[in-house]
Amino acid sequence: MDAGFPETLWAQAQGLRSGAYSSVELTAHYLARIARLDPQFNAYITVCPDRARAQAVAADATRARGESGILTGIPYANKDIFCTRGVLTTCGSRMLANWAAPYDATVVARLGDAGMVMLGKTNMDEFAMGSSNETSYFGAVRNPWDTSRVPGGSSGGSAAAVAARLAPVATGSDTGGSIRQPAALCGISGLKPTYGRVSRWGMIAFASSLDQGGPMALTAQDLALMFNAMAGADPRDATSIARPPEDFSAALERPLAGLRLGMPAEYWDAAADPALQAGLLAALENFRALGASVREVSLPHAAVSIPAYYVVACAEASSNLSRYDGVRFGHRCAAPQDLADLYSRSRAEGFGDEVKRRILMGTYALSAGYYDAWYRKAQQLRRLIQQDFTAAFAGVDLLIGPTTPTTAFALGSKFEDPLTMYLADVYTTGVNLAGLPALSVPGGFINSLPFGVQLIGNYFSEATLLQAAHQYQSTTNWHLQRPAMAA
Amino acid sequence: MSLIAADIQRVARLARLHIEPDEALHYAAQLSGILDHFATMTVIDTTAVTPLAHAIEVVSGSTRPDVVTEDDHRTELQTGAPQVEAGYYLVPRVLE
Repeated sequence: MDAGFPETLWAQAQGLRSGAYSSVELTAHYLARIARLDPQFNAYITVCPDRARAQAVAADATRARGESGILTGIPYANKDIFCTRGVLTTCGSRMLANWAAPYDATVVARLGDAGMVMLGKTNMDEFAMGSSNETSYFGAVRNPWDTSRVPGGSSGGSAAAVAARLAPVATGSDTGGSIRQPAALCGISGLKPTYGRVSRWGMIAFASSLDQGGPMALTAQDLALMFNAMAGADPRDATSIARPPEDFSAALERPLAGLRLGMPAEYWDAAADPALQAGLLAALENFRALGASVREVSLPHAAVSIPAYYVVACAEASSNLSRYDGVRFGHRCAAPQDLADLYSRSRAEGFGDEVKRRILMGTYALSAGYYDAWYRKAQQLRRLIQQDFTAAFAGVDLLIGPTTPTTAFALGSKFEDPLTMYLADVYTTGVNLAGLPALSVPGGFINSLPFGVQLIGNYFSEATLLQAAHQYQSTTNWHLQRPAMAA
Repeated sequence: MSLIAADIQRVARLARLHIEPDEALHYAAQLSGILDHFATMTVIDTTAVTPLAHAIEVVSGSTRPDVVTEDDHRTELQTGAPQVEAGYYLVPRVLE
């Protein structure tokens, strides 16, 4: 990278430790890059130069006292879904365009306690509802590999920031693929943890039974280091899971000999893009060369994961978003005639088209007379989808397949047709319904655009997922490619 | 599955969401198309299947005890409110 700074978190940590540069210098380097390059990507909604410099000064002081950890002084970009005390937290919506959170999300507090420096808040689909980052009130994010294309969503700003080297690592959240899909489309790595691993406290709710925060980075090794700080029980989140602390980087160097990979037949669609098939098969050969065995498995209900997911997610969203009432926080309409007018007009003005569509769909699915046919049915299919994964994991350690059916599509090409947009989530939503961990790593390029390889693990298998991804990245260099526009 | 504008207006009232007549037509057409596609899930027999409401049922089986742990944060929380007076949220008059 320019100015002599390495690009990965791990390498930066070595440089900080050896005294090659300070956190103040590293932070200034990223702030300068953001100022110079981000106007063409729109990855950040809010940049926090003063706060970042103060955190960097504090990190350098911590190091001088001999109290630093591996993350001390490392900058990161924070998805604007995580509450940050005294800094705007917009969730990509007009509803919260002027809202500064009164507290830090647990994830933000944990990364701060680890000594990380928050560069700013990244752009996202409104309330994390979208797969292209085009539903943001703050404008679309542009893919650093081709600015006429989408970066994916909903963590599109975080993915673009890492891909364009406007941050070494970033936070993301994944309700139906929102970490893995933009990671794939931007050529970076992203981990969606087991449901309950990462506290949701202070992470603005979309669909509470599906939402899970996670790290986004250039390498699996960096994912592991950041995930070490993000994961852990939190009494403030009722669904947080208490487990003994784990070092997710401990097993990274362990060879893959004996690892059993399963190819879900339903994910290896013969009708898919031949170039994508060829790229995935090449990745499979890499894993075989590393000592993994491969066999076919089946997820018989994979085809209904999209409808089951959208019904469940929209139902939960319609309930969660009822809190935006124009009374307690967020946007309020001018001159309301009465309370009903205040509610309905504040919400109509504050929410964008996609959010309204999902509130309507979710309210419909939950309404009297339709509940059994839609919401209950979707929950029953959710059980079958979960059981499919459990059956598959009886014979294999990890599943392997594509993250997305295509590479990054053109801005505007699917925006007017929500169903087509939803169908792009075909390989990611089942994981959320089941609550499983999964990650996406760069698998190569098709017509100069990156595609992702998705690995799915059984519950709490993040260490194995990260080990497999790290070993794959030790024999490939797709993850080290950088967009020309990020020079 | 065919929704008409009146269906959308009914749901919008339930959701306290103001929808203009042309928007209702637009959403009726879109949601009809989406629900038509989603109807593929209705052909799967789920008679004996217990619904799965939440991943936590499978992952850990329980949540922590639901007890109050937070202090009173009213002043901080009200700093982001559109209109507050003397610790109360101000809304249009409800009773004449």
